[in-house]
Amino acid sequence: MRKLIIGMALALCLLPAIGWCAEKSGGTLVWGRGGDSVSLDLAQATDGESIKAGIQVLENLVIFGKDSMNVEPQLAESWKVSDDGLTWTFKLRKGVKFHDGYPFNARAVYDSFARVIFKQHPYYGYGKWQYPAMSLGPVKDIQVIDDYTIALITEKPYAPLLNNLALWLCPIVSPKAMADYKDKIGMHPVGTGPFKFKSWTKDDQIVLERNNDYWGEKAKVDRIVLKSIPEPSARLMALQSGTVDIADDLDPDSIALVKKNPKLAVIERPSVNVGYLAFNTEKPRLKDPKVRQALSHAIDKDTLIKTIFAGLAIPAKNPFPPSIWSYNDANKPYEYNPEKAKKMLAEAKFDFNTEIELWAMPVSRAYMPDPVKTAELLQAYFAAVGVKAKIVRHEWGAYLSKVGNGEHDMCMFGWLGGNSDPDNFLYGLLSADTAKPPGASNAAFWKNAEFTDLCLKGQKTFNKAERTKIYLKAQEIFHAEAPWAPLVHTINVRCYSKKLHDVPLRPNGLNSFQMISKEK
Amino acid sequence: MRRWETFQDLLRSRSATFGMALIALVLLVAVIGPALAPHDPLKPVPLDRLKGPSEKNLFGTDSLGRDIFSRVIYGARISILIGLISVSISLLPGTLLGLVAGYFGGRVDSLIMRLMDMLLAFPAILLAIFITAILGPNLPNTMVAVGIVYIPHYARIVRASVLSLREQLFVQAIAHLGGGHSRILGRHILPNALPPIIVYATLGMGTAVLQAAALGFLGLGAQPPQPEWGAMLSEGRQYIQIAPHVAAFPGAAILVLVLGFNLFGDGLRDVLDPSLRSV
Amino acid sequence: MPIGYLSKRLFHLALILLGVSLLVFMMLRMIPGDPARLLLGEFATAEDLSRLRAQMGLDRPYPVQYGIYLANILQGDLGNSLRNGAPVATEIGMRLVATLELAVAAMLIASLAGIAAGVISAVRQYSVFDYGSMFMALIGVSMPIFWLGLMLMYLLAVMFPIMPMMGRIGMGNEPEVMTGLMLVDTLLAGEFGDFLDALHHLVLPAFTLATIPMAIVARITRSSMLEVLNKDYVRTARAKGMGEVVVILRHALRNAFLPVVTVLGLNLGLLLGGAVLTETIFSWPGLGRYVVDSLMARDYAAVQGCILVFAGLMAFINLIVDLVYALLDPRIRVHA
Repeated sequence: MRKLIIGMALALCLLPAIGWCAEKSGGTLVWGRGGDSVSLDLAQATDGESIKAGIQVLENLVIFGKDSMNVEPQLAESWKVSDDGLTWTFKLRKGVKFHDGYPFNARAVYDSFARVIFKQHPYYGYGKWQYPAMSLGPVKDIQVIDDYTIALITEKPYAPLLNNLALWLCPIVSPKAMADYKDKIGMHPVGTGPFKFKSWTKDDQIVLERNNDYWGEKAKVDRIVLKSIPEPSARLMALQSGTVDIADDLDPDSIALVKKNPKLAVIERPSVNVGYLAFNTEKPRLKDPKVRQALSHAIDKDTLIKTIFAGLAIPAKNPFPPSIWSYNDANKPYEYNPEKAKKMLAEAKFDFNTEIELWAMPVSRAYMPDPVKTAELLQAYFAAVGVKAKIVRHEWGAYLSKVGNGEHDMCMFGWLGGNSDPDNFLYGLLSADTAKPPGASNAAFWKNAEFTDLCLKGQKTFNKAERTKIYLKAQEIFHAEAPWAPLVHTINVRCYSKKLHDVPLRPNGLNSFQMISKEK
Repeated sequence: MRRWETFQDLLRSRSATFGMALIALVLLVAVIGPALAPHDPLKPVPLDRLKGPSEKNLFGTDSLGRDIFSRVIYGARISILIGLISVSISLLPGTLLGLVAGYFGGRVDSLIMRLMDMLLAFPAILLAIFITAILGPNLPNTMVAVGIVYIPHYARIVRASVLSLREQLFVQAIAHLGGGHSRILGRHILPNALPPIIVYATLGMGTAVLQAAALGFLGLGAQPPQPEWGAMLSEGRQYIQIAPHVAAFPGAAILVLVLGFNLFGDGLRDVLDPSLRSV
Repeated sequence: MPIGYLSKRLFHLALILLGVSLLVFMMLRMIPGDPARLLLGEFATAEDLSRLRAQMGLDRPYPVQYGIYLANILQGDLGNSLRNGAPVATEIGMRLVATLELAVAAMLIASLAGIAAGVISAVRQYSVFDYGSMFMALIGVSMPIFWLGLMLMYLLAVMFPIMPMMGRIGMGNEPEVMTGLMLVDTLLAGEFGDFLDALHHLVLPAFTLATIPMAIVARITRSSMLEVLNKDYVRTARAKGMGEVVVILRHALRNAFLPVVTVLGLNLGLLLGGAVLTETIFSWPGLGRYVVDSLMARDYAAVQGCILVFAGLMAFINLIVDLVYALLDPRIRVHA
């Protein structure tokens, strides 16, 4: 046993010595996360673990800023919209090469986009292009003007297009790789990013290596190893023991422990999400807005945040967080007041004797790190005003289907507004159009005509000031009607070893790691 | 008076007595526990969360500030129920299938036993996950799932003893005298096939409690906020560093109960049927 | 070994696999929740869902789906994963090997430590060692395995860091994949240091996984040894003045081995599937974790493939156990 340990120690000592050659950084960045990626072709990826890894390898035309959600150039150097709002013309960066040596040009952009929206495109059959097809939906034609100019032509004016292109959804992939790997492109991504895909051991690790021919500022570390560590307490231990340099999705209470550790660091950013409790407004007992308002008064959000989110969240009163424009700060939150809640429920003749179902999500999400405990606390708050809530759990697949059918009384849910547009929250989660089972995304099944009209008007309006006015009004209606009790907007956190420098964090938690350097 | 002797033998077996004592302890807590519990096991006191053991909270508090001592006490009932009910769910159909298969033989036998083989082809925990996923994750369904998983084990054991009993002279004699199938099965074969089942069932209660805890680890166990030990233990793993007591006490409770079943089962085996050592 | 017996066993095996495939197929579809919805997440539109369902072939009637599935299996094709389109067989391959390495290591620890403890306990019956080891064995079978694993990890990898946290080998030491077994691949590559590293990584997870079978083996070895030690031929051997060690090794242990082999075989099967929790805690990229993840994502093809592989392995192990049994003890006739 002793020999084994000595051998191990020797191996450990030698390992960094070999990696340590570049003056400034080099070395291996080990990144511990909760699960494996599904596909590294981001046009097919729907899960966070795929996106995190994929954006290191693939790039877009445009991208959000390092720590903000402002759109900046990436593979496109500049762009402009025609006066009628229908034609978007992008000037592309010259001299960029894909990892396989194939040159980046307008043709590559054409193939990368056309494969997801044009059924006749030869690569259309190679993948499941759900989200990009949605975000590029209004694009009816793509024109290659010259080698470095491309134009997207939309059916109708579509303001969110630029923000959509800045998301991970529409990456530019090497046309040669798309042709070679066909439907296996997700296992062999070839892009233009600062890191090249090296190897993938399923459920274990993905290895990315520095792209030494990168067009921009080259990555500092030699390689990134993304390790799958499913158990959160093991992830914490891996960070503490130095096995990993970054650990994602730790329990809120563990983050407090990381903050206290002198070798570790934490950065925080407000996120663009909301965690909420939806009242199914089609259930007779929740039909009356007064009941919903009363239940909103019964919840002590501050204590909830202190207890379950370890303080890493802000209380919510609107459907989207204050970091998104047109947030209605004039809405006065339903303050915690159990007496008032009791009185209001009595006035509304609420039936206190029958149990009401409170559905708790079975999985943890950034907007709801511990849904079961949150449900337990909510249950206690409701009990305090005389409402008997029964916690109901379904396994995640079933939960999604059943909520989409409207089988619940109250359910916990949340949303991460990827493109930072209020429409994403308001129309997507609360309009009458999205309250149709099966697969309704309006979990409150709240069908308010005035609210829905406002949402639709907002989509057609290009003037931001006017749009803001519309959305402020919509939030007012939402607040008065209380189809949800908005609970929290969580704070995004990244926990890492102090050996790392320049660790970035965007509000949506997705960053390229090219600027990170690592001390020995 | 054979029963009385068996009981005396059991008392003489040290492991059986110790096991019985542990089970009795948990049973006692389950029965009179609620009267002992100093706090409401379900009531969160958020400001007191994750407090270590103290005079006020003997076992400390959990992440919602609930009293772990009271929760462990209330949980005794649930865990005993998990053991009893899951074992009955596997025991009754398993025994019946084993009796029928062993006694009638032939096609009935191969049909039943092939079915059992199919169930056995699933790794136990996976089959339990399957069933919980189909029925929905809550406590009764957990018991059903754990129960179904072990049906084939009982069927196999019972069938094996029936096969050997069937050949024994006295059964053949009764059959010649014209006893009906049900009479032979119920009066003569079943009682003689019982000892191994009793032993296996006792040990099985421990296994059931552990399986339920494993399902809790995977997020498919009891209904929150029920104080089920397995769910409490698996919740506590988050706090292994900042508040180890959250996992330690429910973990110890599980250990005590399962140890009790195992010790008692061992003792029972030595007394009832020494030839069953390899069960 | 009569050929007739073997062919009958193989026929039964085929029958069971057929039944299992049907059972899994039906159970998967009884679970509420739609694979397409799980793939597309919280807020996919109805149109997207139906398109994806058609793409995955889930819109066809069940009998047709099963028929296609069965036809593919008979051609040796387990189908493609619904999640990422990769062939299920490739997805299973490396993970199965990882699980096998873990399970076999656990089995070795369990049998060596278990038999040693059992023999010593039997020979020194009622000694402190006997009581001590049997009590430890009881604790071993009475403890939730995930708790034990996490405690070991915290103690030996964080508080007193003498063991690696997780994974199969240190970062950067990965050998070229030949067999997929880290221990074998490092040796084939001639990297003895890496071999030790892989071994070092294997210790904690294998030990965690081994606790239950180790305890069972120890108890069974002890009781069957006790039985044998009291038999006439052992007494005779002793009376003839043979050394105690020789008596134990040559006579007693050999005869006590039969029940132990049975238990070992049975438990290897259990270990293969029961590794789910250990694999999760120690981030071991094995099949147990994969099948649970696939089940949660309703990846029908992947779950079906995994269970078939498990069932086939279990049956295979049972067959081997029976054969070993017959070899060890010629008096036992193999009956069909």
